[in-house]
Amino acid sequence: MTTKPLERRAAPGTAAAFATYPELLTWLLDADSSQDEAVRQQRQDRVAELRRDRLVRPAVFVGTGTCGLGAGAQETLDAVRAYLDRHEIKADVIKVGCIGMCSAEPLVDVQMPGRTRVMFQQVTKDKVDGLLDAMLGGQIPDKLALAQHRHARLQPWDDVPFLDEHPFFAPQTRWVLVNCGLIDPAQIDEYIAHGGYQALAKTMRQYSPDQVCDLVEASGLRGRGGGGFPAGKKWKFARQAEGDHKYLICNADEGDPGAFMDRAVIESDPHRLVEGLVIAAYAIGATKAYVYIRAEYPLAIKRLKVALAQAEANRLLGQNILGTDFSLQIMIKMGAGAFVCGEETALINSIEGRRGTPRPRPPFPAVKGLFGVPTIINNVETLANVPMLVARGAEWFSALGTPSSKGTKVFALSGKVARTGLVEVAMGTTVRQIVFDVGGGIPNGRRYKAVQIGGPSGGCIPDQHLDIDIDYESLKTVGAMMGSGGLVVMDEDNCMVDVAHFFMDFIQRESCGKCIPCREGTRRMLEILQRIMRGRRREQGIDALERFHSVLHLQDLAETIRDASLCGLGMTAPNPVLSTLRFFRHEYEAHIYERRCPAGVCAELLTFTIDPDKCKGCTLCAKKCPTDAIVGSPKKLHYIIADKCVGCGTCLDVCKPGAVLKA
Amino acid sequence: MIAVLPQTTPEPDIDSILAHYPQARRETLIPLLQEVQEQHGYLSRPAIVRISQYLDLPTSKIYGVATFYNQFRFQPQGRFHVQVCRGTACHVKGSAAVLEAIKRELKIDAGQTGRDGLFSLEVVACIGACGLAPVICINGVFHASVTTQSVIKILDSYRRKAANHDDQAA
Repeated sequence: MTTKPLERRAAPGTAAAFATYPELLTWLLDADSSQDEAVRQQRQDRVAELRRDRLVRPAVFVGTGTCGLGAGAQETLDAVRAYLDRHEIKADVIKVGCIGMCSAEPLVDVQMPGRTRVMFQQVTKDKVDGLLDAMLGGQIPDKLALAQHRHARLQPWDDVPFLDEHPFFAPQTRWVLVNCGLIDPAQIDEYIAHGGYQALAKTMRQYSPDQVCDLVEASGLRGRGGGGFPAGKKWKFARQAEGDHKYLICNADEGDPGAFMDRAVIESDPHRLVEGLVIAAYAIGATKAYVYIRAEYPLAIKRLKVALAQAEANRLLGQNILGTDFSLQIMIKMGAGAFVCGEETALINSIEGRRGTPRPRPPFPAVKGLFGVPTIINNVETLANVPMLVARGAEWFSALGTPSSKGTKVFALSGKVARTGLVEVAMGTTVRQIVFDVGGGIPNGRRYKAVQIGGPSGGCIPDQHLDIDIDYESLKTVGAMMGSGGLVVMDEDNCMVDVAHFFMDFIQRESCGKCIPCREGTRRMLEILQRIMRGRRREQGIDALERFHSVLHLQDLAETIRDASLCGLGMTAPNPVLSTLRFFRHEYEAHIYERRCPAGVCAELLTFTIDPDKCKGCTLCAKKCPTDAIVGSPKKLHYIIADKCVGCGTCLDVCKPGAVLKA
Repeated sequence: MIAVLPQTTPEPDIDSILAHYPQARRETLIPLLQEVQEQHGYLSRPAIVRISQYLDLPTSKIYGVATFYNQFRFQPQGRFHVQVCRGTACHVKGSAAVLEAIKRELKIDAGQTGRDGLFSLEVVACIGACGLAPVICINGVFHASVTTQSVIKILDSYRRKAANHDDQAA
């Protein structure tokens, strides 16, 4: 085991030391190495070009992450190319990743030579011509402009707010997402020009593996995948473990429904992950690394493959990285869609080609993991934090955040908020700031009800706790947890019993079946919730009695599952129920005692009626009703037979005059 | 942009896929199953038997692994494979109703393929496009912010597409 920095083949600072570095990285690391003024100028020009500090012709950037493409970015891109061809304009068209403002997609940035880069929102294909006509003519088109990027040497546009003043971006601290949506993810040179791979070069030159572990431990970086275990400590376990070789696994199996941070990072800035992986592998002494990524993310897989190939071609990966004795091979493993594979030992089983069931611990993976050798598993975001942490130092990193949680956290903000997307905030930011400042509050004048944090293992944060800090410990005090970063906002139209049922249904299906408390317990909990949500129509005999009986045992059952399950999935499985029960007991009571759903969601507890003043007798509802519960003849008032109605809401959807009432 | 799959799936050619995995061991099982499914659309019985011979693993073990993961299908897909996202964000924005509307319209349940082979329906845990919820994905093309009404129109557009395609082929 080496304890000193790996041996280099040449003294640092000499030209030979850079012999195995990518050319661009050499220039940036050793800016004055060339005495020749012309060569130096040429290099500076190249970097300025890559950083887009200086443009010779207009550049059009189209955000083509999965969410951008979902909103029609491909058509926008085609329209931009067609426009430029038609007008024979020479301009660069760059496919960038996602800056994170999903609700404003498709996003298009335009930068004219000498001027700042301006971001435009909701640029569907029909708006492209107008946008480019105006911009190429030196005008900002009406209404479309979102913000402009601040730049010291470029002339700003009038009347366009700066990005760091925009309410979505102003409260954010973007460390992991700093390049997302700005650079071309398929160009390693752009990443390097923006400071990429400098941390790796610094690590290789200055630090021994032990020092890297110390540095990461001192920074206070904790696992971003949910558990929050200190990353440096984990690395040390593997470093100290006996073994000829070790493995590093990057967990990109983002299984939480409602979370998409890892996908966006890999799609928009894959080299950041690659750099983090190489540094982590160096620190723990791994020679082989796996990226376990969801098969549902084809675009992320494609971009990661491109990034790995580029890194290898530039000797940043593979044999003798940057001319040292350190070698690393990174392989991509596609997950086959099992939520439990987010659990470390289940993930290991899955890579080994088995059913993704967890193993009892100890032995911990850091001692005996993949194929029986010491293995470290880190989340994408944890690894993506590493390059900047190493480059700027532990003090810089730990200066931000709360006493127990350092740095930033990326959240996927979605649900009932005005602005959805990827949000990166400093630890210690309040949930209220995220929902109301960044997210812009609840649309359509509805009232806030709760935010669900941490996915199926997490909990809900109601109105009275909105001022809680984003911090691993404080979130636990309200029965929630940091989780991987899904933040789903709910308004008064969402039923909390239904949300609990949704998560129980999910967990029950995803329970691997290995241990009994989780397999049977989650099933029983789901049944209890189903009974609560069941209408009178389907109740027979002692069903009502069972309903009450089972509710009495809900808490007891939840605690048993939590205490007796084998892995994290089971231990946190009752959280959605416990958390909603704690803060929204009145909703449960309305369901159980009054047999009604206050939010009007639980279909079986709803009654539909027809407003006699509005019904025109069009017969559409009667035709579409799946249970023939609506009677009436043409041009006559229709009527819903309550006993036949299953509450599907089809009549409400099809009624044009809005005569169907829901209660 | 609507991709139209050929109507008849070619005879499964497993051996050419197996050739990509020389010296295959247990850990190649899942990638192998993934590639077979990608090429054939599903895992057929003969395919699994062939893989079992190749890897020297009992078919029961292979079925054990394949049925554990949500990704694997044992029925052929329809020409249009409809994936409905049931993530949290989609759920709070009404994806349950959207799923019901699709089931009613196609008259099939999740995990099934219609009798005419035109549509198959799958429920996925999360596509990762939560900002655009609720989302459905048909043959890899995303449809964002769908409603119970708009999905019917979307499905109709695929029906028309298929009809046009068949007319041209005839």
